[in-house]
Amino acid sequence: MSNFPFLSVLTVAPLVGALVVALLPRRSPDLAKLVAFAWSLLVLVLSVAMWIAFQVDGDRFQFRESYAWIPNWGVNFTFAADGIALVMLMLIAILVPLVILASWHDAESSKRSVPVYFALLLVLECTMIGVFAAADVFLFYVFFEVMLVPMYFLIGSYGGHQRQYAAVKFFLYSLVGGLFMLAAVIGLWVVGGKTFDWQALSQAEIPTDTARWLFLGFFLAFAIKAPFFPFHTWLPDAGGAAPAGAAALLVGVLDKVGTFGILRYCLPLFPEASKWFAPWALALGVIGIIYAALLAVGQNDLKRLVSYTSIAHFGFIGVGIFAFTTQAGTGAVLYMLNHGLATGLLFLVVGMLIARRGSALISDFGGAGKLVPVLAGVLFFAGLASLALPGTAPFISEFLVLIGTFTTNKPVAVIATLGIILAAAYVLWMVQRTTQGTLNPALTEVDGMRRDLSLREKVVVAPLIALIVLLGFYPKPVTDVINPAVKATMQDVGRTDPAPEVGSVQEAAK
Amino acid sequence: MTELKLPSIDYAALAPILIMLGAALVGVLVEAFVPRRLRNPVQLLLALVAVLAALTMVILNADDRLITAGHAIAVDGPTLFLQGAILILAAMALLLIGERAVERGGAFVAHAAVTAESVDDRRQAAGAGGTTEVYPLTTFAIGGMLIFVAANDLLTMFISLEVFSLPLYLLCALARRRRLLSQEAALKYFMLGAYASAFFLFGVALVYGFTSGIPNRAAGVDFATVHAAVAESSSSQVLLFAGMALLAIGLLFKAAAAPFHVWTPDVYQGAPTPVTGFMAACTKVAAFGALLRVFHVAFSGAAWDFTPVLGAVAVLTMLIGAVLAVTQTDIKRLLAYSSIANAGYLLVGVLAPSKDGLSGTMFYLVAYGFSVIAAFAVVTLVRDADGEATHLSRWAGLGRRSPFFAAIFTFILLAFAGIPLTSGFTSKFAIFAPALDANQAWLVIAGVLTSMVLAFPYLRVVVMMWLSEPGDATPTVAVPGALTSAALVIGVLATLVLGVAPAPLLDLANGAAEFVR
Repeated sequence: MSNFPFLSVLTVAPLVGALVVALLPRRSPDLAKLVAFAWSLLVLVLSVAMWIAFQVDGDRFQFRESYAWIPNWGVNFTFAADGIALVMLMLIAILVPLVILASWHDAESSKRSVPVYFALLLVLECTMIGVFAAADVFLFYVFFEVMLVPMYFLIGSYGGHQRQYAAVKFFLYSLVGGLFMLAAVIGLWVVGGKTFDWQALSQAEIPTDTARWLFLGFFLAFAIKAPFFPFHTWLPDAGGAAPAGAAALLVGVLDKVGTFGILRYCLPLFPEASKWFAPWALALGVIGIIYAALLAVGQNDLKRLVSYTSIAHFGFIGVGIFAFTTQAGTGAVLYMLNHGLATGLLFLVVGMLIARRGSALISDFGGAGKLVPVLAGVLFFAGLASLALPGTAPFISEFLVLIGTFTTNKPVAVIATLGIILAAAYVLWMVQRTTQGTLNPALTEVDGMRRDLSLREKVVVAPLIALIVLLGFYPKPVTDVINPAVKATMQDVGRTDPAPEVGSVQEAAK
Repeated sequence: MTELKLPSIDYAALAPILIMLGAALVGVLVEAFVPRRLRNPVQLLLALVAVLAALTMVILNADDRLITAGHAIAVDGPTLFLQGAILILAAMALLLIGERAVERGGAFVAHAAVTAESVDDRRQAAGAGGTTEVYPLTTFAIGGMLIFVAANDLLTMFISLEVFSLPLYLLCALARRRRLLSQEAALKYFMLGAYASAFFLFGVALVYGFTSGIPNRAAGVDFATVHAAVAESSSSQVLLFAGMALLAIGLLFKAAAAPFHVWTPDVYQGAPTPVTGFMAACTKVAAFGALLRVFHVAFSGAAWDFTPVLGAVAVLTMLIGAVLAVTQTDIKRLLAYSSIANAGYLLVGVLAPSKDGLSGTMFYLVAYGFSVIAAFAVVTLVRDADGEATHLSRWAGLGRRSPFFAAIFTFILLAFAGIPLTSGFTSKFAIFAPALDANQAWLVIAGVLTSMVLAFPYLRVVVMMWLSEPGDATPTVAVPGALTSAALVIGVLATLVLGVAPAPLLDLANGAAEFVR
């Protein structure tokens, strides 16, 4: 089974599905929804099969496939997945069907074609899978850029208030980063011996100065994508304007491309430059944690609030990556997965709440728990997961990041810990103002607020809740997959974990 | 007295040029002898057949590497590649020029001598069949361009410059609607073009003076002589530099590079849109073909001297094109500034003195030509009762009115913005990679930065079309006739194919990327 071309099939399948859905007649939106949902389930089944076929103690890169594309420039369709990519692919495969299910009625309110909305979601899935599965820098760049197009139309055509502004801002920010990366990609190609193959490039000898410039080109693109402070301003706008499903994918998966790119491209290809820039990157991460959390506290718009929490979480991931320890690195990758699940859930639930109320403003809510108790409960759970309560999955990743960072950089770890307190503040306060307290009389007049979660919505949230709890108690299946890849990455950077000092104490005790 | 010897002429190698010029002459006769109502189909057919015949000859000559007609014409890889490119793009432009289904009588004025804005003018605008002299004029221009990219000495180059410029000046003046704008454009183009030609001619004279100063060598303006003179010259090079600068001014004017670009927006806006498409694609190919030949063949020995200057011109061109494109409110002017910026990118390719640089530039020319003709083809379709609706505000909500054409135009704009899987991306790569390889990182960085700026106006049009609600002023998209459809399909497909599978054309360009001297 491991000879099956999983990655290329996974990349192409959603695209075919998108074509099928787009060609369905506009008058039968239900058919389009069903086909899109079934197609995303098919992708999920394939991904699960791939997860099973992945050998935990095997090679770092598995499922490698390579087909010639533009031989003149040494460009190939090369796909390969390491543990980190595998986890991200799994996250996409899980989230997309749930998002499709959650967006069942989203497109109808926009007066635009419903099949096209779901086709765009599937195109987005294709590009997201491609970007994580690519092992050729050119191919990666292609997916990285093309990804913008479906997202642009999802936000711009189906979004809410200020969607045009948000869509353009999103596109331009990402494009600017992408073009810096293009310059770096070409530079890498020139100094790396005119090849785009990741494995060949990771062996290339690059002069120190050049490597630093190239690192900067890649890092800028990824920092905008992630987004890290101070390149984050597009995310609250985009997240606030996007339809809830698209927003869940935007922060749940799309933004992970940035952190994934740093792990896959910046660190192994430019190890010296990574170490040289690490203090700056750590500083950006820490500032992001505190600054975004403070802004989140002050938000009155639910979707913008969730977007800001994401920026804070990306600060944690950044810190975990640039701490250069296996623990912190594993924590960061685990965080990428858990954040996708937890924030994805939070965005979807918030979306359900907003769809009922017809407003995203926190001040329009109040005591909603009395009307929709189950929904309020799920929101509370999603909030707790997002603030990394022990017993939920994000706790483990946050904890790993912090202890992994503490061994190499105590001040950063200490400041980052403050972020947890702020997280509690923004989540609990948001939950309190929307679902707790006295009932806002205006709410009872809104028809939507009298309907609690439907069966469809329960099906959407149940798997995410189950996964968050499961991984909160038993993350081993995932960490087993991540660990070897992170170790290899840290070896590429040339950092070994500091020897635990407790060892000597134990020996003295003997 | 030395005996005059007739130079040997390889007629097969010259066949594409001869066919086009011959067809133009036949076209003039058609005007005289064929009844009016038959002229349009006959002329169109004649021009298209001539282009296809010339293209066939180019393909048959594909392996030629020779200099003929007494060192006047060089038929080598770049010549054949660029001639092929000009012919294919010209065929697409001819399809647009021949379109009569979109507007009654076509895009051209019926009686150019009628006073603009008069009663007669309104009558002719309402229906009479457009003038058919446009076909011989276009054919002459194509013939001139074919010589321009093949010229092996500066005088031939100057003559062919005039041969293709004069018909273009005329063509610009022949718009059916907004004739004052059209005539103004033609006059502007003519005045400035004549000025640029004079610069070019003066440059030729100075270079001749420079070569005559080299001892023990015959003076001349063919590229081999100039090349040898540059290599051997040890004394003052003032004449060389002055000559090079003046030649560059003449060529950069045609290429629409800053600071010789000011005519471009006015002319692109005023000229009939099919002619604008023709100029944007074919003139660009011809001008850069000549630039490549002059700087890679004749003056390659002085690369150290001209690279910084031309580099500065390239940066300035990219910057002006990109920044001013942001402020445009008319789609044709926007495309004109985008064309200026693209001239800057092409100059980056010209300044990469390697085989890859040459092939990359040629690839870019072809890729850009296809996209830009398709773009202008869409512009001809978006119209209301007064003709084309070119003001950007009128394009609001076009995506709702006619999603198909809006989607096509969006795709072309994404290509211009350099999004992967379009030819815009592969061609940018084809130019930036050799430039970086040649240690011209500053040009690449300037290119990348201006690409970011340039993305904004393109995106604004996309936003306009898709994300705005259509208003009363939103024009409809005319149903394109078979000719426009064909041009559009070719352009869009080429944009897609060259973005997804550029390898065959890259191979072709690579195989052709060597000049003979």
